[in-house]
Amino acid sequence: MKKTIEILRKHTMKIVLVLIVIFFSVMTKGQMFAASSFQALIAQNAYVFVLATGMLMCMLTGGNIDLSVGSFVCFIGAIGGIMMVRGGMSVPMAMLLMIGAGVIYGIVEGFLIAYINIPPWIATLAGYLAFRGWGTALLNGATIAPMPDGFIKMFNGSVPDLFGGAGLNITCILVGVIACVLFVILQLKGRNDKVKRGYESESMTSVVVRCVLVCAVILLFAYKLAQAGGIPNNLIWVAVIVLIYNFITSKTTIGRYFYTIGGNVEATRLSGIDTKRIFFLAYLNMAVLTVISAWMTMARLSAANPTAGTNYEMDAISACVVGGVSAYGGSGTVFGMVIGATLIGVINLGMSLMSIDANWQKVVKGVVLLAAVVFEIMNNKEKTKE
Amino acid sequence: MAKILLEMKNITKTFPGVKALDNVNLKVEEGEIHALVGENGAGKSTLMNVLSGIYPYGTYDGDIVYNGEVCKFNKIKDSEEKGIVIIHQELALIPYMTIGENMFLGNERGKSAAIDWNETYGEADKYLKMVGLSESSKVLVKDIGTGKQQLVEIAKAMAKHAKLLILDEPTSSLNEKDSQALLDLLLKFKKEGMTSIIISHKLNEVAYVADKITVIRDGSTIETMDKHTTEISEDRIIQGMVGRELTDRFPKRHDVKIGDINMEVKNWTVHHPLYPERKVCDNVSINVRKGEVVGISGLMGAGRTELAMSIFGQSYGTNISGQLYLDGKEVHLKTVKQAIQNKLAYVTEDRKGNGLVLTNPIKINTTLANLDSISPRKIIDKDKEYQVAEEYRSKLKTKCPTVEQNVGNLSGGNQQKVLLAKWMFADPDVLILDEPTRGIDVGAKYEIYCIINDLVAAGKSVVMISSELPEVLGMSDRIYIMNEGKIAGELSSEEATQEKIMSIIVNSGKGA
Repeated sequence: MKKTIEILRKHTMKIVLVLIVIFFSVMTKGQMFAASSFQALIAQNAYVFVLATGMLMCMLTGGNIDLSVGSFVCFIGAIGGIMMVRGGMSVPMAMLLMIGAGVIYGIVEGFLIAYINIPPWIATLAGYLAFRGWGTALLNGATIAPMPDGFIKMFNGSVPDLFGGAGLNITCILVGVIACVLFVILQLKGRNDKVKRGYESESMTSVVVRCVLVCAVILLFAYKLAQAGGIPNNLIWVAVIVLIYNFITSKTTIGRYFYTIGGNVEATRLSGIDTKRIFFLAYLNMAVLTVISAWMTMARLSAANPTAGTNYEMDAISACVVGGVSAYGGSGTVFGMVIGATLIGVINLGMSLMSIDANWQKVVKGVVLLAAVVFEIMNNKEKTKE
Repeated sequence: MAKILLEMKNITKTFPGVKALDNVNLKVEEGEIHALVGENGAGKSTLMNVLSGIYPYGTYDGDIVYNGEVCKFNKIKDSEEKGIVIIHQELALIPYMTIGENMFLGNERGKSAAIDWNETYGEADKYLKMVGLSESSKVLVKDIGTGKQQLVEIAKAMAKHAKLLILDEPTSSLNEKDSQALLDLLLKFKKEGMTSIIISHKLNEVAYVADKITVIRDGSTIETMDKHTTEISEDRIIQGMVGRELTDRFPKRHDVKIGDINMEVKNWTVHHPLYPERKVCDNVSINVRKGEVVGISGLMGAGRTELAMSIFGQSYGTNISGQLYLDGKEVHLKTVKQAIQNKLAYVTEDRKGNGLVLTNPIKINTTLANLDSISPRKIIDKDKEYQVAEEYRSKLKTKCPTVEQNVGNLSGGNQQKVLLAKWMFADPDVLILDEPTRGIDVGAKYEIYCIINDLVAAGKSVVMISSELPEVLGMSDRIYIMNEGKIAGELSSEEATQEKIMSIIVNSGKGA
């Protein structure tokens, strides 16, 4: 019994996600499982995954957030649009310059927060106001469209099928199968290593259960996406970013320091770690990832417009918090955040399919966010009691 | 005989694992100044917190009888309504508010929806005069010195119609002249019928001002001396404060060869980071040899922690001057990282505040100060990390289910062992241990002492900062006594006694 509760508690968000998917499937009479829904889920939410990855790194350092990301998406869109469309600059050159702008902003923001000790929410509130204004001013309040084809394809296109399957993209299926095999091998190897060295390891049953469930999800996505034209390029961007940051947070020394700073900044400082540098990197990193998500937004709209990126910072923060990233810092994982972002994405998609009024959608999202935080805090209280 | 204003009967207060007060009795007569003395952690402040309602009725055993009736205070407001007002050691004034605003904070004049500022400042000026301050009550608190701030605190207490004034270390942050003025003010109030309880380490002040002196030791009242019936000398008070037997609480150290000087600090001066004109450490010179345990004794606020942290990569203080030699070579340590690389370790007194990451497991805490050594190409070898954590767990006999356990769930003694493990893994030659046994039980203390013995047996040097005299005496080969930022004396373990240390502190406090 106690073990069941333990498992339920550990996987609450995943279970909630499954329940919500089932709920919307019933309410939309199966539309939720249409191939187009899978594609829409990725197309609509790719930017959230990227921004939330950056936000996760900021939040780990002690619940710090970046409010400027939405406005910065707008600003980057404006300069990108001007360079590529009005100026006719080559796409790679323009992208390089946009990244350059992100690095400069990240350095300034990181410097102010880490070395001048400006509270993050104030420093980034300034960015929130200034970049929205600056972006709109550069655009003269108008929209620049369309974006060059080459640029759009990098994000909105999909991987062409190498085998020419009719109606079903075989490459996509193949990648799904390879991903499953890799996952299973890594899981088994990890467990074997632990057993061999006599460390505490989980039971074989739980490894098998996990492998079966994860593979089922991967294959489901692979099959549905194959029907809808193949692997979206956006998904590749997201997957690469998520895997890189998962590696950084779980395996490297620098990733470790993000967590210990969030847990106790003084103890980390007195252990010889340059804590200011970590704060600096968190915000520099956030600005660079914001540029990537600005590209995704520009490609999706095929335009740069003054309202682009509105409320993106809130989407990113919500994804993190719902995904179990502590609002006080020090805990949270990349995969947790992925579950959180997916959960919000599914709720958005399901409500849109049900044609629920956009205003009510916001109410629902607000309630979900609050419920997630309350749950996390109650859960932690329970844990410390034991 | 005068009327008894306050009687605290058989007060017992327990914190998880510790009995802070054990059957304490205190009687205070109306119109007297009653001093409470005792070592750090003896229970003086706890007793006053019980009296003022900070620890509400029901969380302690025993009775408080005030003015003839049994009191059951649930919060500070309850005791203040009766006229019991406590002035804490750390000043509780808000710097960017005026004196008047501070004085009536939580006790505002006028209606609840509209503060009457004329009345506020008028009243405030009246009370300021009573304590002999000529400042206007519209001056910001940050603009007056600490001596005057202390007087404002007293004026604030008067504004609450205090009948019993409790002062916790009122002169600890004051200079000689301000202290004298404050003590004379208390004597003036006494003539006007005010009753005061004063907690102080400065025995000369206590002897000057108090009618009666109650000594508290290890959570119990030892004795109450009456100045009018017995001769009170400082030696007599010290004897009461420390008079306990040293039993076999310290493991023996066998045949540890004391070698060359390992760390030497010369003319070390450190200024306060916020008030750069204040010297926190003043021309301090100390050294420690290989295989030696050097104790640094002194009262809280003597500058010991500040000394240690300023040596440790300048992690405290500004305008640090002086020379630091490690193994004979002068070094300039500007960052904690450099200090660690030069084989120095500082084990903090505040293990929860700046020692451990409580929300992280033992293994992460153990490796934090030396993570690079198990991380080839900056990628953490988690197997190695686990092995290291396990190794130190068994070496230090840390009691925990696994090293995956969060440190926050461990007892104080085990947390302390994790903290020691962390710094031992950083492989230092010199360890500065700041209050290594604070807040842990006797058994765990013994184990920590054994670890210290093992460290020096391996040729390391240990500097042990401790407020517990028996511990300093029991463990050290040599003892420095620090007071008010200066080294007040140095004693070898043979010549040192508790009485000698205390009297060095007391004499240097006189500014002689």
